[in-house]
Formats: sequence, structure tokens, C-alpha cells
Amino acid sequence: MSAEPATIDVGAGIVEGRPGVPKPDPILVVEEVRRRFGGLTAVDVDHAEIQRGQITALIGPNGAGKTTFFNVLTGFDEADGGRWRFDGHDVAGVEAYKVARMGMVRTFQLTKVLARLTVVENMRLGAGGQLGERIWAGPFRWLWRGAEQDITERAESLLARFKLDHMRDEFAGNLSGGQRKLLEMARALMTEPRLIMLDEPMAGVNPALKQSLLEHIKDLKGEGRTVLFVEHDMDVVHEISDWVMVMAEGRLIAEGTAAAISGNQDVIDAYLGAHHDVDLGAMDQAAAIEELGLSAQELGLDQLQRLHEASEEELG
Amino acid sequence: MNWSLIFWNALYTGINAGAAGYCLVAVGLNVHIGYTGLLNFGQAGFAAIGAYAFAIPIATYDWEWYWALPVVFVASILFALLLGLPTLRLRADYLAIVTIAAAEIIRLFLNSVRFTWLTGGTDGRNGWTGIFQDLNWWANDRRFTMGAQAIDGYRMFMLVVGWGLVVAVSVFLWALMRSPWGRVLKSIREDEDAARALGKHVLFFKMQSLVLGGLIGSIGGLWLSAQKQSAQTGEFATTLTFFALTIVVLGGLGRVKGPIVGTVIFFFVIQLVDNVLEQATRRDKLPDWLVDSNNYSQVKYVVAGLILAALVVFRPQGIFGDRREQVFDVR
Repeated sequence: MSAEPATIDVGAGIVEGRPGVPKPDPILVVEEVRRRFGGLTAVDVDHAEIQRGQITALIGPNGAGKTTFFNVLTGFDEADGGRWRFDGHDVAGVEAYKVARMGMVRTFQLTKVLARLTVVENMRLGAGGQLGERIWAGPFRWLWRGAEQDITERAESLLARFKLDHMRDEFAGNLSGGQRKLLEMARALMTEPRLIMLDEPMAGVNPALKQSLLEHIKDLKGEGRTVLFVEHDMDVVHEISDWVMVMAEGRLIAEGTAAAISGNQDVIDAYLGAHHDVDLGAMDQAAAIEELGLSAQELGLDQLQRLHEASEEELG
Repeated sequence: MNWSLIFWNALYTGINAGAAGYCLVAVGLNVHIGYTGLLNFGQAGFAAIGAYAFAIPIATYDWEWYWALPVVFVASILFALLLGLPTLRLRADYLAIVTIAAAEIIRLFLNSVRFTWLTGGTDGRNGWTGIFQDLNWWANDRRFTMGAQAIDGYRMFMLVVGWGLVVAVSVFLWALMRSPWGRVLKSIREDEDAARALGKHVLFFKMQSLVLGGLIGSIGGLWLSAQKQSAQTGEFATTLTFFALTIVVLGGLGRVKGPIVGTVIFFFVIQLVDNVLEQATRRDKLPDWLVDSNNYSQVKYVVAGLILAALVVFRPQGIFGDRREQVFDVR
């Protein structure tokens, strides 16, 4: 029933598309991570690896545990068990700020800009290892002035790259939703992350800005950074991801290239549940949502129909 | 009505040594609430520790003042650690609950009969301000006048040195808050998860803020008692915290100049209303059903409260705040 094992050329070898598959040069290796909320197991991942220097998308229906998985890995939530290593270091149970300092930096689904700081101050905050952040050095400007200038230069060039330089001295609270997404990504880059984890970077962003965000994410890969992102928009996933991981009900159910994932029966079942044999072609969006619940709303009817066609071909 | 005395006395109350003490308490609270977003409702506890950790070693144990001063610092740092360690990991509201309770515990302990031998109980602790009298470069009984207001040499000394301390502390805080350290505090106020995601050790910074603001508050409490030449527990009730909070909000949260101007306006308004009502009731200028000589000191808080509320309504960001900051909801 399942699709042909899709493969990916990762440079150092060919990887087969199945959940938990080992990769030639993983930056993040996750083993048996569990997170339970009362009776609900939100995350239950046996094995997962993120290939270094690539863009990996993490998809799955609402409530699949993607954000919880992010929170656990970055130290914002405590796991009930499991191990995970970032670049050879054991980071299970390590506090969030230490994880970030090691180079594994995340953004949030609901953007967290620091509203009453200016845009450039938001950026400067991102820089690590600042002497001026020691309380004893704070009052003595000459101790940190030079470093502050370097940080400001770096911040300004990033702001220019993200086209936020005209907002430099505005309060971050005055930015639009899309600009906040850009600022949060730019600010995360101030930390010089090796792995950047973006939680729904495209949510609530208008189409024009979406295109530029896509380019920015591709640029991150060009700089040699590894990107892991959660996304619902399948067009985005198709366009930029090298590899796709699919979660459903806390488990990693499929991995592969975006093209291969679209035809994967397990993925179709996860999104569509028992309704995958209904005739979507004859439905409009409202009817599909009524029939299939929220996942239809998230994916959009076009995507549903595409998945459906793929599964038809598979079955046929 | 003696308008000259009404005005000069109100002005003096706005800038006297006691106001300087209140101002220091408010400056400390501004570090917590204004810069870091820590809802410390127990600043009165730090102030009480400042006064009694200085008064008890000197008055009860005959220590020299230069041994008592380190006790003030150590005690207020310990109090900050005690409050912070269990609560700073939790949401802001928990700190508010714990601090208000801890401050009351301290006040009730200082007031208790069982420890009267140590703290002076309800009589307060006297006879520990000799060092300030010795340091005074004026004669302690010298008379100064400020308009219609007479000021003695001791209070004048405490006024000048008290505001000198306020200025010194404020300049220090200004330098500190414009530094990257201050930036981290403000980022914690805005969203501590964002700060954490950028590699900032949030708990450590919150602790530093709690200790620093608490230390400043304890010096304020020491000053408040020293200018009266007596440590009294009544001074350190929760009203002290809320007066300090009003002062901070009036001047502008997270502004260095805020508490200074806030203090002067706050006490000027309260004393002005008090003086006017006192003289008016004495001369039967106001109807008794509205206010009489028995209740004017309660009515003054109603009137002063309305005036202060009006100030905050028309300038919600405080005197020095930036109106733009009010536009967006931060929580």
C-alpha cells in the first residue's frame, strides 16, 4: 500500500525514506523521546535524525505533537524520557538557555517580539557572550562599547537583508505580523545558530512576504546552517524542503522527500482518517471541512484533492 | 487660611528626608517592576530589613555602625534569595503573593511581644542614629527656613544626604540600564521565553534584579527610619509598598527619573490636600456632612487618590513614559 521508498541524495550517500532512518551526518539524533500530558501521549518518537546542512520540514495534522516535540528538544518542556544529542553533545534535560548557547535556536509559533524594545535592540539582544551583560561590567561603558558596535553592525546588516532596516528604531510592537516573523528569524540569526528550528514561520504571513521568507530560509541553508521547520502549507514544504518528516498522534509515521510523502498512504490516512475514500473531487472547501474536520481547513482543498488523487492512483 | 504655610509645608513634605527615603524604596521597586517585570509587592519587607538590620545591632547589641551596615546588605540579599529561589521559576503572580506575605511576616515578627527585647516591638527601636548626628556638618539644632517652613539642622542634613543618595543610585542605574545587562532585564519583562530562546540565563538575571532592587529598597527603609530617629513597624505596612508603586507608576515605569518626580508630586499632592482640609475644617469653611476635623485625614486620601488617578488617566504612561509604548498590549 505504501509508496515506493523514496530516496534522497544527501551528498554523502543515499537515504531511504522510512520513519527513523539513520542519516550519514546527523546534527540532531533523537532516541525514544516521550512526553505525556496525563493520559495523552503527546510525543512518542522512537528514533529520528536530522541531516546536517539541509532543510527538513516537520508536518502533521493539528495535535500531532510537533510543537511539543520542538519544546522538548529545546528545553522549553521536560520530556518524560528519552535521549537526544545535538552535534555530539547530550542535550536531554539541559536548560533552554544552554541549548540555545550551544547553537540550537528556535522561534515560536506565536511570535515573541519584545514589544517595548526597538527593532535594533531586539537584534542586539540576540548576540551571545556579551561582556556588557555582566552586572559588574554594565555601568562601565568603555568595557563593552567596542563589542556593542560590532554587534550593531552585524544587526544592521541582517536587518538590511531582511528588509527591516527602515524600521530600525521603531518599537517592535509596531511591526506587522509578517515583519515580526522576519524580526524573530533575524534575531535568532544573531545567535549564530548551527541548527535553527522554525515553528510555523509562514503562519499569518501574506503571500508576497511568504515568498521572501522562503528565500531567507533557502539562504540559511546556503550559509551552511541546518533548518528544521514546522509547516502546514504543503506548497511551502514542496518548494524548500530537502526532506520531510511526518508526525501523527505523537509518532513519527513517515519520512521522505516532499514528492514521495504526498503519495504515502500512512500520511494520507493520518490527515484524512477513515474518510480518505470519500469523493473529494465533488466537494467544495466548506463541505470538505464539514466532512473531514480541521485537517481539511489546514491543508486546503487543493492539497486534499491532490493527496486523494495520489491515493487513488496508488489503489488503482 | 494661611496659604503660604499650606504651600511651603506641602512642598517641604514633597522633598524632605522622608520623601528621599520613600524615593529610594520606589527606585528599588522600579528595578523590579519597571525594568524586569517582577511583581514584587513586598518592597516594604526589604525596607523594614534595611531599618532594623541597622537599628538592632547598634541599639540592642551596641555594635559600631560600620559593622551594622554590612548586616543591612547581607540581610537584604538573603531575603531576596529566600523570596526568589522558590518563586522566580514560576509565573509572575506567585512572586506577588509570596512577597506580600513575606513582608507581612517580617512586620509582624518585628511587632511581636515575644521579641520586644530584640526589636523594641510596638515601641520601635530608638537610639541608633548617633552616627548621622555625628556626621552632620551643621549643628543638629540649627534652624533653616524654606518659605514659611522651618527645618532643623538634623532633618536638613538627612534631606541633603538622602537626595544625594537618590541621585547617586539613579546615575548608577541609568548607566546600568542602558547597558546590555539592562537590555536583558527589559527583554525578560517583555517575554522571558524569548530571552531564554536567545541563550539568556533568565533566572540568574531575575535574581540579580531582585537583589539589586531589594538592596536599594533596604537603604530607603533605613533612611525612612533614620530621619525619624526611630525604627517603627507601622512605617513598613503594605501601604509603603503601594505608595512606592504609585510613585513609580506616576513617574513612569522603567524610567530613571520617574521615581524622583513621582515622589515629589505624590507627597506634595497628599500634603497639600491634608493642609487645605485641616485648615478649612478648623475654620468651618466646609460643611460637616462632607468633612469635619475628625475625619479629614481619611478624606485627604480620597481626594489625593482622585487627583493621582486623574493624573494617571490623562498620562497613563506616567510623567516620563513614552506614549507610544501604551499603544500595544504587552501581555
